Amino acid sequence: MRTRGRLGDRLLHAYTWLIIVWLSSPIAVMILFGFNDKKSKSNTTWQGFTLRWYTELFDISDLTVALRNTLVIALVSTVITVVIGTMLGIALGRHRFRGAGATNFLVFAAISTPELVMGASLLSLFVSGNVPRDANTIIIAHVLFSLSFVVVTVRARVVGLDPSLEEAARDLGATAWGTFRQVTLPSIMPGVLAGAMLSFALSIDDYVVTSFVNGSTVTFPLWIVGAVKTGIPPQVNVMGTLIFGVGVLIAIASAVASRRRA
Amino acid sequence: MKRLTPYLLVLPSWIWLAIFLVVPMAAMASVSLQTGNAIDGFAMTFSFSNYGDALSRYSTQLLRSLLYGGLATVAMMLIGYPVAYWIAFRGGRRKSMYLFLLLLPFFVSFVLRTISWNFLLADNGILFGTLKGWGLLPEGFHVLATTFAVVGGLTYNFLPFMILPIYVALERVDPRVVEAAQDLYATRGAAFRRVVLPLSLPGVFAGVLMTFVPATADPINAAILGGTSNTMIGNIIQTEYLTNLNYPTASALSFTLMAVLLVGIFVYARVLGTENVLEAAAR
Repeated sequence: MRTRGRLGDRLLHAYTWLIIVWLSSPIAVMILFGFNDKKSKSNTTWQGFTLRWYTELFDISDLTVALRNTLVIALVSTVITVVIGTMLGIALGRHRFRGAGATNFLVFAAISTPELVMGASLLSLFVSGNVPRDANTIIIAHVLFSLSFVVVTVRARVVGLDPSLEEAARDLGATAWGTFRQVTLPSIMPGVLAGAMLSFALSIDDYVVTSFVNGSTVTFPLWIVGAVKTGIPPQVNVMGTLIFGVGVLIAIASAVASRRRA
Repeated sequence: MKRLTPYLLVLPSWIWLAIFLVVPMAAMASVSLQTGNAIDGFAMTFSFSNYGDALSRYSTQLLRSLLYGGLATVAMMLIGYPVAYWIAFRGGRRKSMYLFLLLLPFFVSFVLRTISWNFLLADNGILFGTLKGWGLLPEGFHVLATTFAVVGGLTYNFLPFMILPIYVALERVDPRVVEAAQDLYATRGAAFRRVVLPLSLPGVFAGVLMTFVPATADPINAAILGGTSNTMIGNIIQTEYLTNLNYPTASALSFTLMAVLLVGIFVYARVLGTENVLEAAAR
């Protein structure tokens, strides 16, 4: 009985690693083919090692434009989302007000609407109102689908915050704004930062919603999908690798920082 | 002033959600009943027949999407449960490391991950090309442009969303409850079936909700891995909106898709829902 249990555990352990390898294998392929010294048009067979694509990273001008668009849109939409999402998170976590139930429902609806339906409905609005589609409409859409995530992370933090801290600050003569800046905001900061990272990540990754509202503005994911038929240039792999590296570093750094604080 | 504070805090988000979430749904409902074309414009004619037309033309793709989404969800459940189980009960101090490794793919864009599968599975790519070179696979062997490739891609892309909620549910199961069952002479299998599994069902339920909807509505996997014969409803909606500029048909299809998914979720919640899950847990 015991030995069978141990064997089962070992098999499950091996199986878990197998799934991790399966999940990671496309990442390995992406990184590897960023170093592929390809001669022909297609980049699907290994033809030797080179660092060429790292030095020629920005040689495809419309790809570079797409990457820059993606980063600018992610930055702007994250700032808007974090500001209005934090306000809403605080209101839902701390205050009682009429319409709180309806607001919660809207936040839930925004999180659970399929991306495809969200993109389609936004396009219907823009078409009906003759709104030209460009970077602005992309930002509008990105704020919409990221907002709920910021609200949820901030609200969780606000709910866990002891109200007597703020009362103490007020008793000691702090203004409402001073209390917010010096007491409330620092204590909910981890939630705000988590929401900001989430909303940035969602923005740079989005293809489906963006494809409906982009007009002629191209983002990194849109450019990649457009290039599938003609072949993905290795520069895409390199950009993907760099984004992956930065993302992992930030995740590890924030994990280390929160462990040190605890 | 104090009474006004919450309203001032929620106002910007209310405006945003009202204008860009609620109004667009109404706009889409309105467009779905209009007739016309992109050049002369569209006019409201209350053509409910748009729905019938759209459905009769694209019912194949709609049913295929539900089938693929369903197959992928079942595959995720079967593949993901053991992983969640092992990490929750045997992960020890390394639990967060395993979770981090499972989330690693999310640091690469969804589109790029799917394209990497396209690389990996290419007919003469690094995997099959090599195997064919060694004579281990017949020349005509291919995976791309098959149902298996699309369902596999969906399973791959959404798997972590299935594993995480199951993990969270299993993590909460007190190991002493399992020990108690074994002390009362339950075999390992029986202890799992009658104690652990029922307690983890809310996690499975949440996992299905988090994966079935996005998998069914996903256009990317079918576009990149599916070739021409595995088109899903997401691809049709995209083409009708963006290439054919046939807004009424596209809106009617989007609404139908959303309605089908909502009804599906509702029925699912009723049949297997929280009440039954609680009952099963109490048994």
